[in-house]
Amino acid sequence: MRTHSLFDRQTILVLSLLAAAAILVPTMNELPPPGSALHLSDHLVPLLGKYVCFALLALSVDLIWGFSGILSLGHGAFFALGGYAMGMYLMRQIGPRGVYGDPILPDFMIFLNWKELPWFWHGFDWFPFAALMVLLVPGALALVFGWFAFRSRVTGVYFSIITQAMTFALMLAFFRNDMGLGGNNGLTDFKEILGFPVQNGSTRIALFVLSVLALASGYLLCRWVVGSTFGKVLVAVRDAESRTRFLGYRVEHYKLTVFTLSALLAGVAGALYVPQVGIINPSEFAPANSIEVVIWVAVGGRGTLAGAIFGALLVNAGKTWFTAALPEFWLFALGGLFVFVTLFMPRGILGAAGDLWERSSQKLRARRSPQPATHAAE
Amino acid sequence: MVFLRNILQATVLLLGMASAALAGAYEEALPKFANDSYVDTDAAIGAIAGSGNPLSIDVVESLRDGRLLVGSGQVFFRRTSGELVNAATGQAWGNQTGELKPVRVNNRVRRAIEAALGSLTLLSSDAAKRLEAARAVFRSRDEATLPTLEKAIAQEGQPHVRNVLESARAAILLSKQDALPIQRLAAVQTLRNRGDQEALALLSNLPSQAPPEVIAAAGNAADGIRTRLAFWEAVQNVWYGISLGSVLLLAAIGLAITFGTIGVINMAHGEMVMLGAYTTFMVQELIRSNFPGLFEASLLIALPLAFLVASSVGILIERTVIRFLYGRPLETLLATWGISLILQQGVRTIFGPTNREVGTPAWMSGALDIGAMSLTYNRIAIVVFAFSVFAILLLVLRYTSLGLYVRAVTQNRRMAGSMGIRTSRVDALAFGLGSGVAGIAGVALSQIDNVSPNLGQGYIIDSFMVVVFGGVGNLWGTLVGAMTLGIANKLLEPYAGAVLGKIALLIAIIVFIQRRPRGLFALKGRAVET
Amino acid sequence: MALATAALVSGATAGAAKAEETIKVGVLHSLSGTMAISETTLKDVMLMLVEEQNKKGGLIGKKLEAVVVDPASNWPLFAEKSRELISQHKVSAVFGAWTSVSRKSVLPVFKELNSILFYPVQYEGEESERNVFYTGAAPNQQAIPAVDYLAKEEKVERWVLAGTDYVYPRTTNKILEAYLKSKGVKAEDIMVSYTPFGHSDWQTIVADIKKFGSSGKKTAVVSTINGDANVPFYKELANQGVKATDIPVVAFSVGEEELAGIDTKPLVGHLAAWNYFQSVETPENKAFIEKWKSYTKNPKRVSNDPMEAHVIGFNMWVKAVEKAGTTDPDKVIDAIVGIKVPNLTGGVSEMLPNHHITKPVLIGEIKEDGQFDTVWQTDDLVAGDAWSKHLDGSKDLVADWQTLKCGNYNTVTKKCGS
Repeated sequence: MRTHSLFDRQTILVLSLLAAAAILVPTMNELPPPGSALHLSDHLVPLLGKYVCFALLALSVDLIWGFSGILSLGHGAFFALGGYAMGMYLMRQIGPRGVYGDPILPDFMIFLNWKELPWFWHGFDWFPFAALMVLLVPGALALVFGWFAFRSRVTGVYFSIITQAMTFALMLAFFRNDMGLGGNNGLTDFKEILGFPVQNGSTRIALFVLSVLALASGYLLCRWVVGSTFGKVLVAVRDAESRTRFLGYRVEHYKLTVFTLSALLAGVAGALYVPQVGIINPSEFAPANSIEVVIWVAVGGRGTLAGAIFGALLVNAGKTWFTAALPEFWLFALGGLFVFVTLFMPRGILGAAGDLWERSSQKLRARRSPQPATHAAE
Repeated sequence: MVFLRNILQATVLLLGMASAALAGAYEEALPKFANDSYVDTDAAIGAIAGSGNPLSIDVVESLRDGRLLVGSGQVFFRRTSGELVNAATGQAWGNQTGELKPVRVNNRVRRAIEAALGSLTLLSSDAAKRLEAARAVFRSRDEATLPTLEKAIAQEGQPHVRNVLESARAAILLSKQDALPIQRLAAVQTLRNRGDQEALALLSNLPSQAPPEVIAAAGNAADGIRTRLAFWEAVQNVWYGISLGSVLLLAAIGLAITFGTIGVINMAHGEMVMLGAYTTFMVQELIRSNFPGLFEASLLIALPLAFLVASSVGILIERTVIRFLYGRPLETLLATWGISLILQQGVRTIFGPTNREVGTPAWMSGALDIGAMSLTYNRIAIVVFAFSVFAILLLVLRYTSLGLYVRAVTQNRRMAGSMGIRTSRVDALAFGLGSGVAGIAGVALSQIDNVSPNLGQGYIIDSFMVVVFGGVGNLWGTLVGAMTLGIANKLLEPYAGAVLGKIALLIAIIVFIQRRPRGLFALKGRAVET
Repeated sequence: MALATAALVSGATAGAAKAEETIKVGVLHSLSGTMAISETTLKDVMLMLVEEQNKKGGLIGKKLEAVVVDPASNWPLFAEKSRELISQHKVSAVFGAWTSVSRKSVLPVFKELNSILFYPVQYEGEESERNVFYTGAAPNQQAIPAVDYLAKEEKVERWVLAGTDYVYPRTTNKILEAYLKSKGVKAEDIMVSYTPFGHSDWQTIVADIKKFGSSGKKTAVVSTINGDANVPFYKELANQGVKATDIPVVAFSVGEEELAGIDTKPLVGHLAAWNYFQSVETPENKAFIEKWKSYTKNPKRVSNDPMEAHVIGFNMWVKAVEKAGTTDPDKVIDAIVGIKVPNLTGGVSEMLPNHHITKPVLIGEIKEDGQFDTVWQTDDLVAGDAWSKHLDGSKDLVADWQTLKCGNYNTVTKKCGS
């Protein structure tokens, strides 16, 4: 709210950092010889790609939590659904290269004696269809779920709890082998994406750059949404829902729109995540995962967008470091982070930094001109 | 009576001696135990049980309890008093063990032991032993026991033992080749009256060469039993539902208090349950190593301790974290989730990741049979316990000053504060109470579930569903919610399977919340606006 | 930001890359999360084996160094951690994974980076990869002998196949169903039941089992119920009075570790099929248990089947490295086939060309003290089948990495992989 231009200072900073990452990561991976201090090891590329996907997921959560006050504890479900749509495409691409050599049926169907492809698998061999499903499936679920929930004014913790129930129910459903989606083992052993081998270094780089691009576009989209009149109403809903309703806004429509948009972003994040980690399995639906996403946002700074990205990268890098260096302490660190951030940094790291910046720049301005800084008319 | 039995035993003994003298079956069978072969052991048991030797019972019972020993080709048994006896002569053999090894048993041998003891102890002076024997004979359907069985029926004084004896006789007669049709018809009637799954199996597996009128009668009887069983099965499912509902009630009721009073979503609630379960484990460990005599009371001793441990941890959490977050329910949710992770990993670090063993006291083992339904004592105990906890909480909230304050704060915090209630103290105590109740739920759950660091995780979503479904701020809502979900789950399970049933229920709750966003028993008035 | 993260990560992991003089061994077992309950002990076993090997003077003149990471029961994290072990820490071999899904998750990584994984847990079979060595049991080394035992010794005619709904029970039960039917068991005498992970309310299912078992024919339960769900299952069995003499339960996923959390007195006589029991009386096992107890400083610490699998796998790897004279994966993969090492049950296990090993099959009955009493065992070691002969999809497939150089050779089409 400090500025209304789409390209304010924060946006430019975020976009240039992302651009730098999109350029530097491939160069550092390709050019310097292995062993040099500048070389970025091969195994870090998909790892960073994974972080970027998580950042997009965190962004989608920040959009609804930070700006509309909707705390979804089931956003992992949309992420996973997008991932499954992509996974189904990748499974179909394996074709006859599975261990049983069946040109149509994925391996897990063969050894469970499935005779033909279930109906919902059809079409997934065609990338545009799969890409559409990446958006459509999470979007449709969010639309239906949100329509019911917002229409009957389920809010606050009640909404959070039923989103948990939703993702838990989906997890149980996907664990069932009879669903035809691989049960607990999920979808794995992918070979190619759009004709490029997924294991290949250059495919990895391409996926990474794509993820960064998706994150940048997602960021711009969110920026644009929250900067628009629509976004103002969202903030009004967050801060005083009843009042906004009495002013004549159809609150549930606003909430439904932003919730669905957020689910679409989460779905895209999931779709980009799957080829980079090489597996999608029902544990992505685990209620705990969705709660963890919220903490990324909280750490970075709720309602700042850039904070969500920052928080996701920071916490996940921390997880990588802890699970290697101090395996026993990872849960202590994560749990402690939850408590610390909610208690001492309610606005997150970026929020706190922003406050600091605000204060010092206000002082500066106050020295320059006696007039207080006013916000433009809203 | 005693006199009669003595005479009888003497007769049996004499007869046994006679047959032993004839065949020497006992002496011949005994060395087979030393072969370390289950087939030989099995054969030896049969021979010994039929030998009539007075030592037979001792030998077979010792074998069952692992007190039958072999060494250097000889067979011994150790009396419960510790005295070592040479099984061949019945004479004491000093107290040295030397290279004695117990005879190994497997299921096949165990079955043979059971059948043998059945025929050997039908005339025992102990009614419990006779009952056990009658059941064993009913299972083994050994025609050779028929004469003893008749004798046992004739002199049986206890009606419930007599019933089982008669059904054992019926079971034998039904499939006995040369039984008279009239005997068989009577057997059908006896089994019809018994009316359980086993009787049904006997009646529907009648040998095809049986007389047609017997087959027809058996068919009728089987149909009758099926109808009866179908009825009881429905009742049984409702019971399972109530028992699952009680587990949910226990897990959720503490949550209902904290959520209702202070609007705090305590994601660490499941960990309070876990702490209660681990307290039970600790208590049992202490009792096992120091006061083994108290084991039967271990759960009762654990109850107050579990309450104390969990509620202190709860109050600690409230004082150090949650009180700074009032009015920000979503943040509390995140902070308590963090606490739950810390508690889980903490317990994992201290106690290790593996399950801990919590024993079941004898009074909670076994089952009570009502009609064709069997209610296990531990489930009964949990149901009774859950309802008592519920009643006590109800009374506490209704008749104590703490309860009064809690209710006041639940209904209108600011007004309560204006009236001089120290709301922050009430918050802490309510949180402690809720956590303490979770702790004692842990004592109960330790009886039916894993005692592991993950224990709480399994219940957290279910208990939230109960609270949300039942509505906040009213314990009756929690009770109705828990029972509805429990019973619905168990009624769905036979048709939809465990997984689909659960999914269906979750979806039903999600839909239900849309209809009544504040649950079944919503608080009315301004309190719910925030 | 991504760069800062990258720097953080590489900085963190670079610290571990010190002297080049050691041979590194990766240990990939969950130390937190739901699988920690089973996997933590395997980490300890690996640390003990490495320490012991170093006491013997290391391997081909170098010291061994174990690199432990925590995949936290999170399947994508398994892939990430294995990549880290191989690329960053340059480990020569990895010992790890427990669940099928964690193995499936790391498979592509091991293939891509051409490293070696030793997988120590009994599994559903239907797999043979060049980079993976399966030291746990395949279905024909556990499930089928157990069923044979029940049919022969206990005269079982009616079968309940109860399992957790995931791939191992599904496949095992498919194989068993086909096998039982081929032995003349009728469809109505087989009851199949699946439950979700962590299922805790077994009242209905145990009652169903009792009902199914009271038809007059001898009934047994073949349980592929996983981990955590077993404790409430056995507690319910005990409470409802299902005794081993009436309806025996034979389990494939319940070992000494799992029983340590249960009061076993009411369960005496129920069975388990494994390739190792702690109670097996051989000098090798006695020595191992002594070492294990003194290493963990816990006289009550139990040992179990996957631990033995790691012992065998580790010893095979050591021998193969000595034979090849290098830790280069390609050379070790070639050298290890045919390597024989003594197992802990008195036999000598051999690595087969299909990357499975030969193992004895033991049937044990639960004793009062939580141990197993071996009531039956195969006369000879059984060779592990990568592909089940009882499934339509795999009956024509064979795996042979020595001569055919193929994990899924079709004997009908005479082609590899189709």
